[in-house]
Order: sequence, then structure tokens, then C-alpha cells
Amino acid sequence: MTAKKYDTLKDVSDVVISTRIRFARNLKDYPFPCRLGNEKKCKVANIVKETVLDGHSAISDKFKYIQMSELTQEEAVSLVERHLVSPEFISDRQGRGLLLLDDESVSVMINEEDHIRIQVIKQNMDLNGAYELADKIDTLLDEQLNFAFNDKLGYLTQCPTNIGTGMRASLMMHLPALKESGAMGKISASLSKLGLAIRGTYGEGTEPRGAVYQLSNQVTLGISEQEAINNLRDIANQLITQERAARESLYKNINILDNIYRSYGILQYAKLMSNDECMKLLSNLRFGVEMGIFENIDISTINRLFIEIQPATLMKNIGKKLSPIERDGIRAELVRTALLQQKVPANRRLED
Amino acid sequence: MLCQSCEKRQATTHIKTILNGELKEFNLCPECAAKLGYGSFFGNIGLDLNKLFGSFMDGFISEKSPKRCQCCGSSFEDIAKTGKVGCAECYNTFYEELLPSIQRIHGRTSHTGKLAHSAGTEVKIRSEISKYKAELEKAIKAQEFEKAAELRDRIKELEKSAENDHSASVSDSKGKE
Repeated sequence: MTAKKYDTLKDVSDVVISTRIRFARNLKDYPFPCRLGNEKKCKVANIVKETVLDGHSAISDKFKYIQMSELTQEEAVSLVERHLVSPEFISDRQGRGLLLLDDESVSVMINEEDHIRIQVIKQNMDLNGAYELADKIDTLLDEQLNFAFNDKLGYLTQCPTNIGTGMRASLMMHLPALKESGAMGKISASLSKLGLAIRGTYGEGTEPRGAVYQLSNQVTLGISEQEAINNLRDIANQLITQERAARESLYKNINILDNIYRSYGILQYAKLMSNDECMKLLSNLRFGVEMGIFENIDISTINRLFIEIQPATLMKNIGKKLSPIERDGIRAELVRTALLQQKVPANRRLED
Repeated sequence: MLCQSCEKRQATTHIKTILNGELKEFNLCPECAAKLGYGSFFGNIGLDLNKLFGSFMDGFISEKSPKRCQCCGSSFEDIAKTGKVGCAECYNTFYEELLPSIQRIHGRTSHTGKLAHSAGTEVKIRSEISKYKAELEKAIKAQEFEKAAELRDRIKELEKSAENDHSASVSDSKGKE
């Protein structure tokens, strides 16, 4: 029998890890970044930076500006691992800037594919909350920056796949049971007919790691933001129901259970762990928590570990470059310590 | 097999994508694959399906149009080759050429949803009308007839001003010609 905690659509944290809303916007008076030289890019970056930092809104002093070319490779890659920027954004960092809110829930990429990419991330499923915040920031910026807009085609973007609302809403989902049952290929094919896509962990063109997928809307023209969000929510709820049903059927499968318990054992005692192995084991552990097997482990701890064990983030947090074997050692220790804290009764748990 | 992008070098990378339910296969050489975002720092992660958008427009490259965008200098061939539109003005300049691809990608060709500051008055009024119409429907269903009457008056008013605005902009553009 599955734990009762997760049998409604009110709490879907057993499946949905986080929510993201992204708006693509461009300044009317400048060609898109692909047609801009470095000098012009810097000019655009400065305009956007000043608009946000000098704006008199309540959140403007909570943003910090990061010039991408000044980061070390580890710092840049860590931004991708934390889902704050796209992998594409750090491939060439010249003329690119990032505005980041102090709690990292809002990031504004400047000169990625478009001049401006506003992105809001919320933990768990919170499409409306994320949309409202992104919408507010967008309106504030539009008042001063004058975004490229066409009455027929909506917001104009460098790639025609984004015109219209310029909005991409996505949910990061943990789907181990559907993956295990081999249903992902079929699901992916049928989703694309509905104007949605399911992709790997870091978005377009990436592989799913630890059964973590991104579900997002594809169509942006001729469908309003609210319709697109409702649509995504409906499909997500169906996927959640399917994933839970698949878990139910796997719950008594001895191979699956063995895999989950073994993973927990290794995570508690290993001294060296590669990133790939660690992602797989954490995914199995989360699977166990989701099925109600480990009641003492908090799902948010696993979500946090998914990010903290990534190589660049690991080095950034330690504050120095590490060899792969050093990283594997620190990674194992990080996981061990985190799981040990989970065993201590809640009132004596160390504050992180 | 030759690379489908440059048609010069040997293709070594085979890519399969499903875009809007349509299976597409590409054969690329290492250089073009790198240009399209394959084989970057993250290996697989740099792949960007949007950039294969150019392939949607293959059919249009053949007829060479010397037309260039006044703002950024892009020709339609540039856009079709890279899958990247040069600037906002390109969407006006190459509207006819872009429309079939837009239709294929989104299934629709006109925007609904949030309007930017710079949107035309007529569109703004039209969007307000549809908002009130939705409210009107709700009011009727809830049998709030007083509110419904009020909304109906407001819609009528807006429709009148939208018409005025429309005829004004039509005569405006005629004047320009």
C-alpha cells in the first residue's frame, strides 16, 4: 500500500520537483543578438541592467548583476546545474549578462538567443505563482524598454518557435516508474501532438538524468498565457496520475524494491561516488520516499542534493578546483552527512 | 553521404528529432554539427532543436529574392539558412515568406494573450472587448442582469471606438500611399 500522503492532486511533490516560467523579449530598436557585435551587445546589456537595478520597484535592489565573461568556468557551469541559465548561454559568454535575484528564484539572461529572457523558478508545482511574478517583472521592464511587438504576431523573438506570448512554462518532474515501464517514448510522441514536449533534465536536447524530465508547452502563438498554463497543468496532472499508477504496480516488484534499498545502502556508506552513479542512486532513493518506503527522509533534501552534487556546483561551494577523484570523495561525504541528519529526530536536526 | 547543411563535407553525425509530431532526420558534418550546437562543453546538452528550424524553410531558399531587411540587412536566405530572424523589422519585411513556417510550427498565425506597451490601440481595445465579453457571459450565467447590462454598454462603447480607430488607421495608410 502506498503512503496516503500522495494520493491527491493537492500535493504533487512526489512527482513535481519545480516550476519554471520563461518569457522571451527583445528591445525594439536593436537587431536580435545573433546580429549584434560585441560592442552593441554590451550596450544592450547595460540598458537592461540599468533599467532593472535603477528601477524604483520593490525588488530592484534585490537583484545583482553578473557579467558572464568575468566568471570562472566552474561558476558558469554551476549556473546551468542550478537551472538558472541555459547551457547555450554559457557556451559563448562574451557580451552576455545575468541579473539574479538574491534568493535565485528570478533570473534575467541578457543576450542569450533573445535580448531578454526572464525566468522565474518556484519549488514544487506553482504555475500561477511563477507566472504572476514573471508577468509583473515583464510589465515593469516593458514600460521602460519598449519591447518588440507586432499586433498580429505578438512578441517578436529571434526564433519563430517562440513568437506570440514568448512564454515557455515548464515543470521538472521525477518519473522513475514511467521510465522503468518503458512508457516514456510513447508519452513523448503523443505529447508532441498536443503542443507539449517532454525533454531531458537541462531542457532542449539534453538527456534525462535520474529520471528527471522537463515538461513544457511548445506552441506560443494563438494561445494565451493562461490557456497554455491550464493546458500544461491538465496534462501534468494526467502524467502524475499515470506515474502514481505505475508506482502502485511496481510497489511489490522485488527487483525494484531491492534496487531502492541497495541504493539507500550505498548512499549511506560509499566513500567515492561519481556524478552519474550518485544521480541514479538519489533518483532511486527519491523513488523510495515517493512510495512511502522511507518516511524519515525529506523530499526537499533529495531535491537539494540533486543540485549540490553536480561537479561545478560542488567545486563552487568548496571554493577550489578539484580532481574528479577528490570530487567523488566530497560528493559521497556530502550525501552521507545529509542522510545522517535525516535520521536525527526533527527537534535535534542541525540547521543548514 | 554529404552533410545536409553545407553540402560539401562528409556527414558523420546523424540526428533524429521529433518536432510537432513530425520525425526529421539530419546528416551533418562535424563542423556544421558544432555550429548547430552539438558537441559543446556539455556534449549532448548544447543541442538546440530550435536551430534546426531552418530546415522548415528549405523550400523557399531556391527562389532567390534580393530583398533585404532595412534594419539589419538580413536577406530571407540568411534567415532560412540559419533559422534565425535578424531583427523585429524582419518580421514585417519577410512576413509573407515567414508565414507558412509559422503556421507549420504553431498551427496558428495570430497572437492572443498579453499585449506589449507598444501594441496598437485597436488591438488593445479588441482585447479589452473580449475580456468584457467573457465577464458578460459569466454575469448572464449568474443572473446578474444589472451588471450584464452595464458590461454590454461598455462593450458597445469600446466597439464603436475600435471602429473609429480602425477607419482612422485605414485612411492613415491610404494617405501615406
